[in-house]
Amino acid sequence: MSALGPLATRMGDNTLILGHRLSEWCGQAPALEEDIALANTALDLIGQTQMWLGLAAEIAGEGKTADDLAMRRDVWDFRNLLLVERPNVDFAYTTTRQFLFDRWHLPMLDALSRSSEPRVAAIAAKAVKEATYHAERSAELVVALGDGTAESHDRMQAALDALWPYTGEMFIGDDIDAELASEGIAPAPESLRDGWEEAVRTFLADATLSVPDSDFAHRGGRSGARHSEHLGHLLTQMQWLQRAYPDATW
Amino acid sequence: MYAQLVKSEAAEETEQDRAFQERIDRKEKIEPKDWMPEGYRKTLIRQIGQHAHSEIVGQLPEGNWITRAPTLERKAILLAKVQDEAGHGLYLYCAAETLGISRDEMTEMLLDGRMKYSSIFNYPTLTWADMGAVGWLVDGAAIMNQVPLQRTSYGPYARAMVRICKEESFHQRQGFDIMMKMAQGTTAQKKMAQDALDRFWFPSLMMFGPSDKDSVHSAQSMAWKIKMNTNDELRQKFVDQTVPQAEYLGLTVPDPDLRWNEETGHYDFTEPDWSEFMDVIKGNGPCNADRIEARKKAWDDGAWVREGLMAHAEKRRAARVAAQ
Amino acid sequence: MSNHASHPYPGTKTPEGAPRREWPLWEVFIRGQHGLSHRHVGSLHAADATMAMKNARDVYTRRHEGTSIWVVPSSAVTASSPSAKGPMYEPADSKPYRHPTFFDIPDDVGAM
Repeated sequence: MSALGPLATRMGDNTLILGHRLSEWCGQAPALEEDIALANTALDLIGQTQMWLGLAAEIAGEGKTADDLAMRRDVWDFRNLLLVERPNVDFAYTTTRQFLFDRWHLPMLDALSRSSEPRVAAIAAKAVKEATYHAERSAELVVALGDGTAESHDRMQAALDALWPYTGEMFIGDDIDAELASEGIAPAPESLRDGWEEAVRTFLADATLSVPDSDFAHRGGRSGARHSEHLGHLLTQMQWLQRAYPDATW
Repeated sequence: MYAQLVKSEAAEETEQDRAFQERIDRKEKIEPKDWMPEGYRKTLIRQIGQHAHSEIVGQLPEGNWITRAPTLERKAILLAKVQDEAGHGLYLYCAAETLGISRDEMTEMLLDGRMKYSSIFNYPTLTWADMGAVGWLVDGAAIMNQVPLQRTSYGPYARAMVRICKEESFHQRQGFDIMMKMAQGTTAQKKMAQDALDRFWFPSLMMFGPSDKDSVHSAQSMAWKIKMNTNDELRQKFVDQTVPQAEYLGLTVPDPDLRWNEETGHYDFTEPDWSEFMDVIKGNGPCNADRIEARKKAWDDGAWVREGLMAHAEKRRAARVAAQ
Repeated sequence: MSNHASHPYPGTKTPEGAPRREWPLWEVFIRGQHGLSHRHVGSLHAADATMAMKNARDVYTRRHEGTSIWVVPSSAVTASSPSAKGPMYEPADSKPYRHPTFFDIPDDVGAM
C-alpha cells in the first residue's frame, strides 16, 4: 500500500495546480458567463484537492493536513503533470489545456471510482460527476472556438501545438503505477491512452483543428524529477502567506 | 451603495406622469413594457448600470488575493464570493437590459468613463486582512443599501436585488470571520487587522455618497422609489451597527471623535474627507487607472472569444437550416 | 418575468458605428427540488442554445437551486401588453367559484 500516498498526491497536485491556474482568471474572462463557469470548475478542483491531499496527509501521518501539503512543500515534492502548470497565456491555451486534461481526468476518475481501495473509490465517485461536466464544457468550447472565426481557429491551433507535447506524460507509467495497477487501486496509465486519443481526435476533427504529428512527450512532473520554471512562480504566490507568517493560523 | 451621485432626471408633470407617480405611491411594481417617464428610465439605467459595474470592478480588489489565499478553504470561499459578484453584475445588467440598453453598450460606457462605479473599489487591497475588511465593512455597507432596494419600484431591479441579497448573506460573515481570526491571531496578524480597518473605515463611509443636504438628486429618486433611504440615514445605521463589532474584535475605529450620544441614541462620528471622495470619483483614486485598465484588457482580450463562439453558433444554425 | 418581447435593443451600434454583434439574450427557467413548475429565474447571454444551457447551469444553479433547466431565446417570448391588463385578467375576478374558498363546507364534514 506504499503507493497509495503517491497516488493521492499526484491526483491532488493536479487539481491543486490546475484549480489555481483557473482561479487566476477570476474577473478577467471574456464574458461574465465564462468568468462564472471558470470559477465553478476551479472550485470543483479545489474541493477535489482538499479530498486527495487530505488522504495523502492522512497517510503521511504526523498530524499533517492538506493545507500543509499545499502550502509548505517545495517544487521537487510536487507530483502534478507538467500540463497543468503551463501558464494561462490566453483563453485558447486555457481552454485547450482544460480539454486535454479533462479527457484524461474523466476516465481516470471513472476507473478510480471502482478502486479496490475504498477511500480512493469514494473520492473518485464524487469527483467523477464534476469531471463529467468539465469535460463536456471544455470539449464544446474547443469545437466552437476551433470552428469559429479565422482568428479563434488560429489561436486554438497554436495552443494545441504548444500543449500537445505535454500530454504524453499522462500515459507513461512507473513502478508506483505498476504497484497500484497490480493491486487494483488505480488503472495503469498506458491503459487510458487509446480512449483518450480517440475522444480527443474526434473533438479536434469537429473543431477543424489538426492533431500535431509529433509524439514527443515532456516528462518530469508526475515523478517530480523536473518541473518547469512556471511551478516555482506559482508556488511563490500560492504559499506566500504561509511562508511569511509560519506561526499564524488563518 | 453602488449608486453614488446618480444624476436623476427631472420629471415633468403631465397627466401620465401623475398617474405613474400614483402607481408608485400605491407600491405597484413598474414592469418593462409599462409606460414610464423618460427620466425614470434614464435614471434607472444609470443607477442599475452603476450598480452592475461596481460588482464587476469590485471583483478586482478581492480577486487580487485569490491566488494568495492562505488555505485551501479560504481560497475556495474567496473565489466563490468573487464569483458571486460576477453573478450579481450579470443579474443587474440583465435588469438594466429590460430598459432598452445592451450589456455591451453599458460595458463600453464603463470603459470610456461615461458610466461610473462605486468609489470604494479604487482603494488597494494590500494585505490578507483587507479581505476581512472588505467583506465586513464594504459588503456590510452594500447590504445596508441593497436590502431596502428589494422593495424598489422597478420590478426587474427589485427581483435582482432579492436574489442578490439572498446570496450575499454569507459575504459579510466571511469577512468578519477573517477579521476575527486575524484579531485573535499573532501580533503581526493583529497589526494587519488594525491597519485594514484604518485604511477602509472612511472609504466605507463614503460608499453611501455625500450628505443629503448636498445631494440634489435624492428627492426625485426617492419619490420614484428607486432610492429608498437617504445617504445620511444609511451611513448612521452603518456606523451604529459596525462600531460595536469593531469593539468585539478589539480593534480601534480610526476616529478620535467617535462617541455614543445618549440623547440621539446614535454614535457621533467624523464625516469622511469629501474632497478625497470627489478626487476618487473624478478618476484620481489610488487604483482608478489600474481598475479600468484591467477591465479594458479583459474586454479586449476576450473579443475574439465572444466573436468566435458567435461565428460558430451562426455556422451551426446555417447548417441546420440547410439540412431541413 | 423580465420582458424582452421584441429585441430589447434593436440595431444598437458601437461608438465606431459598426452594428453590435452581441450574444443573444436567453430567459432561464428552473424547476426546483420540490417538483414544482419551472420558474423564471433570470436571463443571460449565450451564442447558442447549447451554451445557454451550460451558462444557465453555471450561473443560476450555484447553490443547488434546480433539477431541470429550460432556456428560451428572449426574442421568442410573446408578452401580454400592459394596456390589455383589463380584458386579460379582470374577467377572472367575476368567477370566484373557481376558488375553493367560495364554498362553505360545514366543519363536521371533515377535510375536503
